Amino acid sequence: MLSVALDKRRDGFRLQVAFDAPTPGTVALFGRSGCGKSTTIDLIAGLLDPDAGHVRLDGATLVDTASRVSVSAEHRRIGYVFQDARLFPHRSVTGNLRYGLKRAKGVEQRIGFDEVVSLLGLGGLLDRRPNQLSGGERQRVALGRALLSQPQLLLLDEPLASLDAARREEVLPYLEALRDRLSIPMIFVSHQFDEVLRLATHVVLLDNGKVAAQGSPAEISLVPALRAIVGPEAVGAVVDGVITALDAENRLAELRLAGGTLRVSARDVLDSRGASRGVGSVVRVQLLARDVILATELPHGLSVRNALEGTVVDVTDDDDEVLVRVDIGGGASVLSRITKAAVEALRLQRGSRVWALIKAVSLRGHTFKRPEATTPGS
Amino acid sequence: MLAAWVLTRARFPGRTLLDAFVHLPLVLPPVAVGYVLLLLFGMNGPFGRWLYQAFGVQLAFTKSGAALATAVMTFPLMVRAIRIALEGVDRGLEAAARTLGAGPFDRFATITLPLMLPGVLAGAVTAFAAGLGEFGAVITFVSNIPGETRTLPLALYTAIQSPNGDAIALRLAILSFVLGLSGLVLSEVLARAMRRRLGR
Repeated sequence: MLSVALDKRRDGFRLQVAFDAPTPGTVALFGRSGCGKSTTIDLIAGLLDPDAGHVRLDGATLVDTASRVSVSAEHRRIGYVFQDARLFPHRSVTGNLRYGLKRAKGVEQRIGFDEVVSLLGLGGLLDRRPNQLSGGERQRVALGRALLSQPQLLLLDEPLASLDAARREEVLPYLEALRDRLSIPMIFVSHQFDEVLRLATHVVLLDNGKVAAQGSPAEISLVPALRAIVGPEAVGAVVDGVITALDAENRLAELRLAGGTLRVSARDVLDSRGASRGVGSVVRVQLLARDVILATELPHGLSVRNALEGTVVDVTDDDDEVLVRVDIGGGASVLSRITKAAVEALRLQRGSRVWALIKAVSLRGHTFKRPEATTPGS
Repeated sequence: MLAAWVLTRARFPGRTLLDAFVHLPLVLPPVAVGYVLLLLFGMNGPFGRWLYQAFGVQLAFTKSGAALATAVMTFPLMVRAIRIALEGVDRGLEAAARTLGAGPFDRFATITLPLMLPGVLAGAVTAFAAGLGEFGAVITFVSNIPGETRTLPLALYTAIQSPNGDAIALRLAILSFVLGLSGLVLSEVLARAMRRRLGR
């Protein structure tokens, strides 16, 4: 368990965050620029001292102002991957990688040099200098350097923010591999919701120095405060599903959700190398609110293939339109954005039975190693 | 280096005063600096007497004294060079080293020092070249003793003063020109080569 409660005033800004997250796991600190995300992880790393509060990791206190405990940053064993990589320019890639490893002597070695090199694909870069690396390569080396310091917690400060889309796609699979293959707890900072959906098992939503909401990605995707951060077009419920069938002939895959079944294009469940994911693997999908239509009875003769039955649990105004939350059972919900006129015509209110018709499914996540942790309804 | 570190990184009352004090030799007449040295380190000065009684070291009117006078005069140049070099080191790299388990001295030795070394070396060469030309402080503190404290500018001055010294004076002037120029060029070349090694 990671337990964080921190209070810090800095340059007229007040940060007050508190969250608990299971370990191992991947926590996303998500919010707009300037909401206090980076300050939070600087405090956890020990690069800043809190005015009040504590950080505890698996029973060990790293800082606690009440009992005047403060482990210095160099002794916290917390790996930190900075947004700008911060590789040492006067050392080769190998020299950078070994820097933390050398200083972790006497600590139980959980990951070795060769393992990191192969996990992050650094074999061809070892003799190079940091100024001879591309942005994506630099981030991978920084990641390897942090891992080799044998951290008990890994912090990533927008590790992809300085990269263009292609470079991001180059680094993301490595982060997913890290999450799935190593049991090192991670906290990463992001202002890109798609990164959060791909990587996180727990999300802490920060707004103006305070925790606005926290929970699983599915829970956070339903939080109204999210709309202001991601924009109305990106609002949509996130659900985790298990692939139950693959129909190679019709190129369809069937996903079992907590509250029903979704048929999606098999192309949507390919992994990053283009191979099909097996039956039984867990995928995370987002059903964008603008792609979900509501009907009071199950219509016939429609091109839409997916219909989930549920109950309206919330109706909120969303500019000129209305955001309707439908409970589809098993603890899962979908969001639909429809016009006010439609709400009146269908007489939608809390408790109405409706069918949610889903036009499109966007894949937002990939196979998780521990399906039991993310299987719907567990 | 300590002075540069303190002036760059530390924040304490009196820092401005220390800063001014360090830079004093730049703005004082060199003769005044030499005179102060003579007062402090001369055989009757407080430090000079103590040094002589405790260690048998005499500074006034000796080679070592000439070195001290030159060192004091070029100290601000050195401090300036080191400060600029230190300010040029990205503190984020030190923070990164810290998260990788490096303590303060470890960080200084493995990150800060190697990264500021080009600036320090360049500063040292410049200070050395400038030190070669020091006149006022040297002649006041250690006089102009042939074979002992006659530095290059002192020899040049003596040659000009003597009736047939024109040829010697010219040679010495050319020599100081060459030394000064090669000092400056060397410092630039060094700095550039090291920056390239650091990959910048």
